[in-house]
Amino acid sequence: MKTVIWTLVIILLIIHQDNWFWRDDTLVFGFMPIGLMWHVGISLSAAFVWYLATVFAWPHELEYHENAASEEGDVK
Amino acid sequence: MRDGLTQLIIISIYLCLLLCLGMFASRLFRGTKKDYLLASHSIGPFLLLMSLFGTTMTAFALVGSSGEAFSEGIGVYGMLASSSGIIHSLCFFLIGVKLWSLGRKYGYTTQIQYFRDRLDSDFIGILLFPILVGLVIPYLLIGVMAGGTVVQTMTAGAFPNLDAFSDPSPARHGGVPPWLGSLAICTVVLTYVFFGGMRGTAWANAFQTLVFMVLGLVTFVVIARTLGQQDSMFENLKAVTSKVPFDKVTREHMSQTKFFTYLLVPLSVGMFPHLFQHWLTAKSANSFKIPVVCHPIFIMIVWVPCVLIGIWATTVKLPPTITPNAVLPFLVKSQTGPVLAGLLTAGILAAIMSSLDSQFLCLGTIFSNDIVGHYIGHERLSDRQSVWLARTFIVLVVVVTYGLSLLGYKSVFAMGVWCFSGFASLFPLIIAALYWKRLTAWGAYACVLTAIGCWLYLFRDSGFGANSEYAVMLGEFEVMPVVLIFFSSLVAMIVVSLVTPPPKQDTLARHFD
Repeated sequence: MKTVIWTLVIILLIIHQDNWFWRDDTLVFGFMPIGLMWHVGISLSAAFVWYLATVFAWPHELEYHENAASEEGDVK
Repeated sequence: MRDGLTQLIIISIYLCLLLCLGMFASRLFRGTKKDYLLASHSIGPFLLLMSLFGTTMTAFALVGSSGEAFSEGIGVYGMLASSSGIIHSLCFFLIGVKLWSLGRKYGYTTQIQYFRDRLDSDFIGILLFPILVGLVIPYLLIGVMAGGTVVQTMTAGAFPNLDAFSDPSPARHGGVPPWLGSLAICTVVLTYVFFGGMRGTAWANAFQTLVFMVLGLVTFVVIARTLGQQDSMFENLKAVTSKVPFDKVTREHMSQTKFFTYLLVPLSVGMFPHLFQHWLTAKSANSFKIPVVCHPIFIMIVWVPCVLIGIWATTVKLPPTITPNAVLPFLVKSQTGPVLAGLLTAGILAAIMSSLDSQFLCLGTIFSNDIVGHYIGHERLSDRQSVWLARTFIVLVVVVTYGLSLLGYKSVFAMGVWCFSGFASLFPLIIAALYWKRLTAWGAYACVLTAIGCWLYLFRDSGFGANSEYAVMLGEFEVMPVVLIFFSSLVAMIVVSLVTPPPKQDTLARHFD
């Protein structure tokens, strides 16, 4: 699942470069320039991909350090 | 009541509210260094989200984005907002959580402390110190100067007969002069950081983030209604956007390669020293989950209205001498009533101050912790002495920043991009320190020196930021300067690390096992 998530992140970075809408002045819903709308979609998709990352790719091993830290105390 | 006076009263009330919040937070201060600088690692998911977001969104996000959209069109959103939605969360995920974990385990407070320990090198601290401070100060100046401009524009007309408040531009005449507005902002931020430390900063950030998000949306609705003059919001949006010229609803004049290479700029978040300090305040690793998910949505909520307002401004008759940075304040003032204009000014100032506070605190911490504390010996300083040392340096940083802000003014957007490019160029260092065992101290020195050398050369070549359109030509492709700096520092780091002796095994064991 981690591979799927990192693939999705890479896809997001690729489709961020939307050359196909560069000179397109279509207004979605009559007011939203399509180039801007596309990137709003990227923002929402990014939130969704990061949500998946927190569910399926969260570094749980770091939670151990959280517990260990309270036991060990600060080294410095 | 005179034009501008209502706004001035509302701004003053808002600043007083912030002072009260800072003073209240200071009542919870436990008297320890860890509490003053890291809020005793007590910040939960919501406060962490708000403080991280408030810190990354500054004058650059509100005043700079609307001004740049006014000049360049909608492309500014893709250049920095949607890319930041992907990359900022990536940094929180890959860097923030891991550094938090190491920070809790080994008691770090600053980036320099981490690098010294990771690389077994005292010199890396001496090398990084002037560079981090030198890159944060322009970032601070952006906020201080933009705050002064906003206050002057919004209070114009309040005192038309006072000589000290006169200005050649009718849009600013009679307003609080920038030196005084900036001074008031610095004083308020200094007060709540001084007394409240990190807890006061986190609370103020959360409060101010809510203020600027809500008031930003209100601004958007009110300006759309005033410019559209239609019955419903939807009709207003259609009416006002339909008048925007072709080059502003497309990216006709924007270089595709430059747009692409802007993707590197948000990597700066990985090396911001003030974000490092905020990450360490988290109560648990799980506290990062909400910021990771919500950050792209919050960016969208702030940037989309600003970009739309920026392109709408191209349909409005503006004073001929107006600068892009003054577009948002001017529209707010000319298109809304005085009470709302005052509230919206408070919103803009909230965005500015929610970054300034973390940066002031962070620089004060670096001076006191990594220089004075490090060389005197932390064990020789009591908690009380450490806190007062940090406070003394915070005051000095504010005084120096304020003094520099009086010297001149450049585009918020251009200065911001140069500052972010510098931090982004150091990104290979932090990612290698966390994930590449073969990174050596010599590789780190090479990375830092190459980054700063290239940065200085290109910054000078751009007329010290004066040329806001500056780009590097790679063959026929126009790319952002950050590309050259980033890849030079990356290559230098890898090559030098590979040809120098590997790090000690026990150091690696502490950091990787």
